[in-house]
Amino acid sequence: MQRFTFNRFLIMSLGCLAALLNHSAYAEEVVVYSARIEQLIKPMFDAFTKETGIKVKYITDNEGALLARLQAEGKNSPADMLITADVGNLWAASQAKLLKPVQSDVLENNIPAHLRDPQQEWFGLSIRARTLVYNTKKVKPEELSTYEDLADPKWNKRLCLRTSKKVYNQSLVAMMIAEHGEAETEKIVKGWIANLATDPLSDDTRALEFVAAGKCDVTLVNTYYFGRLMKKDPTLPLAIFWPNQNGAGVHVNISGAGITRYSRNEKAAIKLLEFLSSDKAQNLFADVNMEYPVNPKIAVEPFVASWGNFKQNPMNLSKAGELQTTAVKLMDRAGYQ
Amino acid sequence: MFIGRLFPFFVAGLVLAPVGAILSSLFSPTGEIWSHLVESTLPQLLINTLWLSVGVVAGTAVVGISLAWFTAVFEFPGRRFFSWALLLPMAIPAYVSAFVALGVFDFTGPIQTFLRSWLNSDVSWFPDIRGRMGVIIVMTLAFYPYVYLLARNAFLSQGKRSLEVAQSLGFDRRHGFFKVVLPMARPWIAGGLMLVLMESLADFGTVAVFNYNTFTTAIYKAWFSMFSLQAASQLASVLIVLVFVVIVVEQRFRSRMRFAEARKSERAQRIPLTGWRCGLLVAFALSIFLLAFVLPLVQLIVWSARAYSQDFDIERYLEFLWHSLSLSGMAATLICLVALFVVYGVRRYPGVLAHLAVRVATLGYALPGAVLAIGVYVPLTWLDGQLSEWMSQRLGFETGQLIQGTLFTMLIAYLIRFMAVSHFPIDSAMQRITHSIDEAAMSFGLKGWSIITKVHIPILRSGIFTAATLVFIDVMKEMPITLMTRPFGWDTLAVRIYELTSEGQWEQAALPAVTLVSAGLVPIFLMMQQTEK
Repeated sequence: MQRFTFNRFLIMSLGCLAALLNHSAYAEEVVVYSARIEQLIKPMFDAFTKETGIKVKYITDNEGALLARLQAEGKNSPADMLITADVGNLWAASQAKLLKPVQSDVLENNIPAHLRDPQQEWFGLSIRARTLVYNTKKVKPEELSTYEDLADPKWNKRLCLRTSKKVYNQSLVAMMIAEHGEAETEKIVKGWIANLATDPLSDDTRALEFVAAGKCDVTLVNTYYFGRLMKKDPTLPLAIFWPNQNGAGVHVNISGAGITRYSRNEKAAIKLLEFLSSDKAQNLFADVNMEYPVNPKIAVEPFVASWGNFKQNPMNLSKAGELQTTAVKLMDRAGYQ
Repeated sequence: MFIGRLFPFFVAGLVLAPVGAILSSLFSPTGEIWSHLVESTLPQLLINTLWLSVGVVAGTAVVGISLAWFTAVFEFPGRRFFSWALLLPMAIPAYVSAFVALGVFDFTGPIQTFLRSWLNSDVSWFPDIRGRMGVIIVMTLAFYPYVYLLARNAFLSQGKRSLEVAQSLGFDRRHGFFKVVLPMARPWIAGGLMLVLMESLADFGTVAVFNYNTFTTAIYKAWFSMFSLQAASQLASVLIVLVFVVIVVEQRFRSRMRFAEARKSERAQRIPLTGWRCGLLVAFALSIFLLAFVLPLVQLIVWSARAYSQDFDIERYLEFLWHSLSLSGMAATLICLVALFVVYGVRRYPGVLAHLAVRVATLGYALPGAVLAIGVYVPLTWLDGQLSEWMSQRLGFETGQLIQGTLFTMLIAYLIRFMAVSHFPIDSAMQRITHSIDEAAMSFGLKGWSIITKVHIPILRSGIFTAATLVFIDVMKEMPITLMTRPFGWDTLAVRIYELTSEGQWEQAALPAVTLVSAGLVPIFLMMQQTEK
C-alpha cells in the first residue's frame, strides 16, 4: 500500500513538473515553425501581440527540416502554424497531410485565388517575383522578351544562372512545364545551359554581381536581391526587365503559411494568419524584404514601385509544387547543375 | 565492473538508434529516384566525391603533418607563435572561408577586377576558383588543423627521440622521418585524417557555396527538392557503409602494431634551422596562416564593420554568445567524459565485439548533419510520444512534450554526432599507456583509482584537452542539429549565421561569424596553455 502511494506520488510530481515546464503551452499563444527567417517575421509577430495580446512563439529552420520535424512529431507537435519562403514546400506539407484546411472570408478576400491552395490549406502572404536583370551597358531592353527567349543562340555566352538546386528555379521550371509541357521545356532549359557564360552560381546576388561586372549580360533573379544590391550601390549598371508580358506573365513565388493539422490553438492561429493578410501587416510583411504584398489593394513600397508594374502569371501556384520533382529531374537531364 | 564492460555497447546503441533509423530505409522502395539518379547524375557525383575526399585527405596530410613536424622538432624564428597560430583556422567554419575565398578570388572579386582594369584584358587565364581545385584547397585549409593537432601531439611526445633512434641506426634525417617517426605516429595521424575524411564526405555548406555536386548534395536534393526523405536516407546509408568499411580496414592494418611511449619525455633539444631552409619553412607556415586565417578574418571584419549598424543589438548578441558558449561547454564536457569511459571500457575488457561497438559509436560524424539531425529526432519524438501517453493514462491530463525541446535532447544529439571527434584523440593518447605501465605502477603499490589519477590522467591530459577543444569548436559551428533540437528562443551564433546566409545576406552574417571565431579562440588558447607546458 505504502509502495503504491509512493509511486503515485512520484508520477503526480513528475506530471506537475511536466505541466510546469509546459505551462506556457496552455496560455493563449501561437507556436510557429518558420522557414522565413527571424528578421522577416518578428516585426509582424510583435505587431500582432501588441494588438491582440496573443503571444507568438517561433522557431526557424529550413523547410525540409521543419516538414520532417512536423511529420515526426505527429499529433504531439507543439506547432500551430507553418511558414515557408516558397510554395513548393507548402504544397509538400499539404501532400504529407501536415496542414488543415481553413475557411475564412478574410483570407479569401485579401489573397488572390492563384496565390492560395484550392483546398484552402495554404495561403500566400507575400510575392517573390522572379524576373530578368540585364547589364544596361551591354543590352538594350528591346533585345529581351521572355524566359524562353533566353534559350535563343543570340544569348550564347551571355547568360548567368543560379544553381538548379535553389527552389526558385525549380518552381519556375515547374510552371514552365505546366505551360509548355515537358519536352518543350527541356529544350528551353537545354538552350539556357548552352548559352551560359559561366557555370551556375550559388546565389542570386552573385549572379547579379557577375552581370554587373560584365561576365554575362543577363540573369534570372528574385527582385529583392536586385533591390538590396542597388540600395548598396545605386551606380551599378543593372536594370529589371519584366518578361512574358504579352504571354503568361512574370513567374511569381510566394512566402506563405498554413495551419498545422494538429494545432492546439487553432483559433488564435487563424487570427494570426488573417492578421498577416490584413492591411496592417501586409506592408510590413512585404516591405521588410522588398517583396510585393499579395493583396493587390495594398500600395507597394516606393523604391520597389520604381521598378514598374508587371503582369504576373495567373496560373495557380499549386502547379509549382506538383511538378517540382519533374522539374528537378528535367534540369538534371538537361545538365543544369 | 559490469557497467564498464557494457558502456561501449551502450554508446554504440545510442548511435545506432538514428543510424539504424536511416539504414532501415534501405528496405522501403523508392526505385524511381534511384533510377533517375543512376541515369543522370550519379557517375559524375561519385567522381566528384572521390576527387574531393582523396584531394582533401592528401592535402591535409601534407600540410598538417609537415607543419606539426616542423613546429614540434625544429627551432626557427616565430616557432612559438606558429605552433598555436596554425591552429586558429579551426575556429573559422569551412563554409565561411569558402564564401570569402570566392568573394576574393572569383571573377567579381578585387583581384580579378584589378587585373582586368590594369592589364585591360579579360584575364581569362586566371584559374577558375569555382572548380574542383578551389574546393579542395579551401577544405584543406579549413580542415588541416585536425591533422596538425593530432600529429603534433604524437611528435611532441616521441618525435625527437624516435628520430634519434633512427639516426643511431644509420638513417639520415629524411629516411628516419619516413621509416620510423611517421609509422610511430600512425594512430594519431590516422585519427586526424579519419576526421577529415568524414567531415569532407558529410559537408554540405562548403560545396554548396562552390556549387560543387557531391554525394551529400544528392542526399539533400532527394530530400529537400524531391521531397523524399526515404531516398535521402538510402543514399545516406551508402555513405555510412562506406565510412564503416574504411574505418574497419584502417583498424585492421593497425591492429597488428603496438604503440608505446612510456615516459613523458624530458623534451629533447630542438634542432635549430638556419639559412634558406629556415626561410622556406617560415614562408610556408606564414602563407598557410595568412591564407587560412588572416585573409578570411580580415574580410569578415570589413563586412561586419559595414553590417554593424544594421544588425547589432548588444543584448541579443550577448545572448547568442552565452548560448553558444554554454552549449559547447556542456557538450564538450559530456562527450569527453563519455569517450573516456568508452576507451577505458574497451581497454579493460577488450574483444572483437567491444572494438566493433567503438567503431559504430564514431559513425555519427560521417553523416550529413541534417540527415543525422532528423535521424536523432525521430526516435526521440517517438519516445516522447510514448512517455506522454503513459503519463496521460496515469494522470488523466496531457503533459505534452517532456524531453523534446530541452537541452537534454540537444546534448544527446551532439553526443551522437561528435563521438568521433573526442574518441580519436583520447583513444590515441590511451595507446601510450601500455600494460607494463600499469604493472609498474602496481609494483609501486598504487591501486585502482590512484593508478588512474596519478599515472593515467597525466599521460592522457593532452589528448583530453585536444578532444575537448575540437568538440567545443565543432559544436559551436554546428548548424542542422542545433536548428532542429534547440528549445524555443535558444538561438546561437551559428543559428544567426544560418538565418542570414539562407537569405543570401552574407555580409550581415559576418558579424555573428566574427563573434563565433573570437569565441572559438578561447578554448584554443586554453588548450595551448595546458598542453604546451
